[in-house]
Amino acid sequence: MQTLYTKLKQLFKLGELTEQRQDLAFITVAQEQLRPLLLHLRDREGFTHLVLLTAVDWMEEGQFQLTYLLNDRAGARDIGLRVMLPRDSATMDSIHDIWPTAATYQRELREMFGIGFPDSPGVNDEFILEGWNDIPPYRRDFDTLKYSEENYSHRPDRETTDPAQHMKQQLYPDEG
Amino acid sequence: MKEELKKRVIKGPDGFEFEVDPLQDYYCEAPPTVQPAAYQKIVEKIFNWARSESIWILGFGTGCGAIEMRPLMTPRFDAYRFGVQWRPTPRQANLFIISGYLSTKTLKRAIRSYEQMQNPKYVIGLGSCTINGGMYWDSYNTIKRLDDYLPVDLYIAGCMPRPEALLAGFEEMKKIIRAGKAEGGNLYAENFDWYKANQKKVIHDWDMPEHSW
Ligand code: SF4
Repeated sequence: MQTLYTKLKQLFKLGELTEQRQDLAFITVAQEQLRPLLLHLRDREGFTHLVLLTAVDWMEEGQFQLTYLLNDRAGARDIGLRVMLPRDSATMDSIHDIWPTAATYQRELREMFGIGFPDSPGVNDEFILEGWNDIPPYRRDFDTLKYSEENYSHRPDRETTDPAQHMKQQLYPDEG
Repeated sequence: MKEELKKRVIKGPDGFEFEVDPLQDYYCEAPPTVQPAAYQKIVEKIFNWARSESIWILGFGTGCGAIEMRPLMTPRFDAYRFGVQWRPTPRQANLFIISGYLSTKTLKRAIRSYEQMQNPKYVIGLGSCTINGGMYWDSYNTIKRLDDYLPVDLYIAGCMPRPEALLAGFEEMKKIIRAGKAEGGNLYAENFDWYKANQKKVIHDWDMPEHSW
């Protein structure tokens, strides 16, 4: 991976490299570097398969992290590209023309995180949710407990126990 | 509202144009009516016995619990020996097992399927998710009390209940039917407005007929 990184570094402006395993590494890249880098990796380095595209909400830093995980089947290695986006009105270029499957991921990210991908086909269609009326539910400032309490009625006599305490009582009743 | 449910003009293959209003033309939107017992008590008793031995489950799985149906309908647990069998369409089924958590999206489909079943019809809530939300009690898209939305005859507790629990549940269900207490369909008809109000409270984009029949 180090060799690949050195090679890529001559062509692109890259952030740091995190080597998770011998066959898995992550590189942080700037937003505008992503497309040429993806094309290069796909066409020149054998990373022909987009494994997944997902997001992480770094609420405290005001950023979304997009992770593009690519797989090189022949070389049996994976590389993840991280792109940081400002959290407010986050938008990213669509890569559906590089990998058509990306359109589905982008549609999901638009719905669950509210990250916009203009020009991605069908990106504004509902994906999993129907009739959603709040902020996107995977954003960390979305309070799922509050939402569920406002929307769905509880059975009044529902009891809850702390699982750790409960099991302790069940298994070791003498220990108080 | 969905495109296919909107009123529109359609051109037939012979060039003839006609108007279609799917909600009126494809479905009967009239609310369900209560169907009182038609015969004398003693005859109804025989009927109820017959009904209890003729349980047809709708093959509709909602949560994790649906996985327990496979061992049940195959030789390992073989529910068929109890006179319980599965059907692929609501029109042919009389028992609806809500097999676990129900997201509001699935709830829509569950309501439509339930309404298309013929009377007498029964509902079993399987697993703690249908009872009080279970481990999805704080989820943003699953309901927490099935009986707010559909009339439930019987709950089977557990997360998830084993096939044995389901078999015991079927026996319990038969007892309820034999006692003439499985009046879910009529309960639904009687409190139709209440059920609809509850359903519409959680389904924010109501894009289906008022009553799918
Ligand atoms: S009760 Fe348990 S097994 Fe059943 S749907 Fe809920 S979480 Fe899954």
